[in-house]
Amino acid sequence: MSQAINGAGGVDGATNGAANARRQLMAIGVLAFLVFLVFPALLDPFRLGMVGKYLTYAFVALGLVLCWGHGGILSLGQGVFFGLGGYCMAMFLKLEASDPISTAIQSTPGIPDFMDWNQLTQLPLFWRPFRSLAFSLLAVPAVPCLLALIIGVAMFKRRVGGVYFAIITQAIAAILSILIIGRQGWTGGVNGITDLKTLHGWDLRTDHARRILYFVNALLLFGAIALGRWVLGTKLGRLLVAMRDKEERVRFSGYDVANVKVFVFVLAAALSAVGGAMFTLQVGFMSPSFVGIVPSIEMVVFAAVGGRESLVGAVYGTLLVNWSKTYFSEKFPQLWLVLMGALFIGVVKVFPRGLAGLYESHGRAWLAAVRERLGRLLSGEGRRITPGPPAPASVERPEP
Amino acid sequence: MGGYSLGELKSILVMQGFNGLSLFCVLLLMALGLAIIFGQMGVINMAHGEFLTIGAYTTYVLSTASARYAPWFHTYYFFFAVAASFAIAAAIGYGVEIFLIRPLYRRPLDTLLATWGLSLIMQQAFRSTFGAKEVSATLPDWLMGSVKPTENIDIPINGMFVMGLTIVLTASIVLLLYRSRWGLSVRATTQNREMAGAVGIDTRKVDRLTFALGCGFAGVAGAAFTTIGSTGPTSGSLYIVDTFLVVVFGGAQSLIGTIASAFTIAQAQSTTEFFLTGSVAKVLTLSAVIIILMLRPQGLMALKVRR
Amino acid sequence: MTTLAITGAAGLAAAVETAHPARKPAEDYLLTVEGLTVSFDGFKVIDDLSLAVEPRELRAVIGPNGAGKTTLLDLISGRTRATSGTILFKGRDITRLREHEIVRAGIGRKFQTPSIYETLTVFENLEMSYPRGRSVFGSLGFRRTPEVIAKVEEAATAIYLADHLRRGAESLSHGQKQWLEIGMLLIQEPELLMLDEPVAGMTSAERRRTAELLTGLSEDRALIVIEHDMEFVKNIAHRVTVLHQGKWLAEGSMDFVQADPKVIEVYLGH
Repeated sequence: MSQAINGAGGVDGATNGAANARRQLMAIGVLAFLVFLVFPALLDPFRLGMVGKYLTYAFVALGLVLCWGHGGILSLGQGVFFGLGGYCMAMFLKLEASDPISTAIQSTPGIPDFMDWNQLTQLPLFWRPFRSLAFSLLAVPAVPCLLALIIGVAMFKRRVGGVYFAIITQAIAAILSILIIGRQGWTGGVNGITDLKTLHGWDLRTDHARRILYFVNALLLFGAIALGRWVLGTKLGRLLVAMRDKEERVRFSGYDVANVKVFVFVLAAALSAVGGAMFTLQVGFMSPSFVGIVPSIEMVVFAAVGGRESLVGAVYGTLLVNWSKTYFSEKFPQLWLVLMGALFIGVVKVFPRGLAGLYESHGRAWLAAVRERLGRLLSGEGRRITPGPPAPASVERPEP
Repeated sequence: MGGYSLGELKSILVMQGFNGLSLFCVLLLMALGLAIIFGQMGVINMAHGEFLTIGAYTTYVLSTASARYAPWFHTYYFFFAVAASFAIAAAIGYGVEIFLIRPLYRRPLDTLLATWGLSLIMQQAFRSTFGAKEVSATLPDWLMGSVKPTENIDIPINGMFVMGLTIVLTASIVLLLYRSRWGLSVRATTQNREMAGAVGIDTRKVDRLTFALGCGFAGVAGAAFTTIGSTGPTSGSLYIVDTFLVVVFGGAQSLIGTIASAFTIAQAQSTTEFFLTGSVAKVLTLSAVIIILMLRPQGLMALKVRR
Repeated sequence: MTTLAITGAAGLAAAVETAHPARKPAEDYLLTVEGLTVSFDGFKVIDDLSLAVEPRELRAVIGPNGAGKTTLLDLISGRTRATSGTILFKGRDITRLREHEIVRAGIGRKFQTPSIYETLTVFENLEMSYPRGRSVFGSLGFRRTPEVIAKVEEAATAIYLADHLRRGAESLSHGQKQWLEIGMLLIQEPELLMLDEPVAGMTSAERRRTAELLTGLSEDRALIVIEHDMEFVKNIAHRVTVLHQGKWLAEGSMDFVQADPKVIEVYLGH
């Protein structure tokens, strides 16, 4: 009894549970195969770097699957956390690249170039701790999580949710991006923090380094998927879905719903932050163009296209949308925005469960049909148009 | 802040106040339109800014058309442009409601995403039709210039015209919603859809007209917008976050709250803008609004509804 | 003169009887509601209501629609905030506590329409209400121990769903969903169970089984039941409180209340 019950929930848990789990593992396996073997083998460094970049966005999508797909909390400001994580990493790298020797030609050596251009004469206070790698690595998740904690507590404890919450996260994204762009001397302004060179002496710009970073990123991503799956498999995971569908009943079962919401929102922020930091490492810069309203809402589409309740789907969705974006905005730039708009509408009206849902409803049936055909082909039956007598037993065989 | 005498400061505040008024008018018209849609229907229209752009481009087209083909009309075209902006925006809004909003009724988060997609498509449509560069409608002569009641104060005439227009429209929406039969059916539908349907109100039609009306207001805001800035494909999107905050800050269901909130936010922004840079002013205003919302989530004037 | 006085006294005594019945000291009661009032925009939905429930009592609350019955439950369970008055539970003032705190104090509340987790199985529905692991980290580390399983099965048996544990909750019949919700409350081990129209939409067979269920439950805990089915109420209730327009109207045994002329006038008909 317990074994059947322990399967992934849903209707008729018994048989579906085991089958569901198997399917999920297969999907993860295929993805791992693609990410760890196929892409590195087939793609040149430039294209591999692009995939690596897309995979960093996937962290944000994973977070959204948890807090939006399962928890019902739509955040239109995840770019804030992606950006903050990225900026923390960028600040460390920039300081390393701005040692007094290489910046000797500046009016004030030893500080980042953009500060020099803005006539700053010393490093602002809040930059100084980022000289330490340990601090920076800690700050990458900690700073965004702290912000998410403040926002979460302020909003969820007062029962602000749904649409209001979404709008406010949008406003926060707008505020942060305006702030970053406005304070050029502190943040590098609209160009962001660029010209990053080494991580603790290790040159980030070589193809070799990029390759290693790609694998590190991929490993972290799969770690995040594993973490997500673990969370969703606990009682908290079921609680998230229950809270999304019947918040009041959850409250009346003795749960402090606000705490649950804060937790999942902070978790999503942490994941996004890791993605941001990995982006900075792989691509070599961070700018406010990832922080504002437009990028944040795009990240929602990545999760939605993959299937907002599917962790693996989120990664596929991110890859697909970003690949399309690169392709179309090169070839048909005018068309791309329209396609993107149509994607938003489609993901809501036509395929709300995204790729994962499409796979469930159509893909499986199609795959089953293909498997059946293959099976028949292999067993020698071939295609039968009308039921006729079996193939004659005495078939001409060549003499051995 | 240094170097100004008290008298000069007062004049500056008054003048900034009047500058803020045009912004206030645009924001108020947008917010009223959104308050009708969101407050009454609970629907989020992320493409609301694009309806402003529709109105602005309509005005631009009429301006250039009349300047080129019918110069005699150019002096009066603005009145016609306002009406046309309303009508076209409302008509398009009507269609959007049927195809996009209605099917997503009861799913506000999904409506949000779908209308965002719509806004992208609309922006690209503007870009393809009118080009990516900004264009300006030329104002007729009588709208140019300003009035000088005192030495230091300079009130632009187009600002006063827009203000007058806004007052007329605000009054009419309040009258419409609270004194007319149709307004009654809108409020009935909002508060109890099933009962409204049961007493014979065509709730779908009410929804469509409400949405169209809200979009029409955004269109008029667009016409007003042409007096304070030039129009580009993304002009509307600059206002969308502000407009939402105005509506939410004012208490989504209260028109008076919306008016008060639009005034406060517009004034706060233009006054701080004088003393600090534009971006910092915006950040401060937005942050203040969010903090206040965190402390009082129901906005300035929430209606006391049975929880 | 003395006859008048005696009649007067008797009349007064009778009046007092149909007014609030004689009160025992507060410690004897599980739940005490004193002078409870809640008004929305000036309209008093509950007006100066007082009542008291004993530890193993099954109290029915009846009254015409709009009498404030559901609002009373809303107030006790913390869903709505009272404008004035106090609610004491086991001697503790719970008037201003939040919903989940009141639940943890030992009060369970069932809603009018079955409020269960449709996407989960019956087992998971019950497990979700298990009174351990209700904090964030508690629910992360929650383990489905044999103790938990036993408790869930026990609750399921009480609500006649022991054979349906693996079914998705959405596939249950309406009556079974009502029972499931009761089960979800039971597993929390409440001392006071509040049920809002538990047999609405049930067949007469299901009503009988529910009556058995509730009567059995009241042996160990107090129940407040809002119902319109007078037969059902008569079957199970120890005492009945009648509300009208937010005010207390009458209270006593079902027979007493059914015979009360005020009650007949406003509710039970002639």
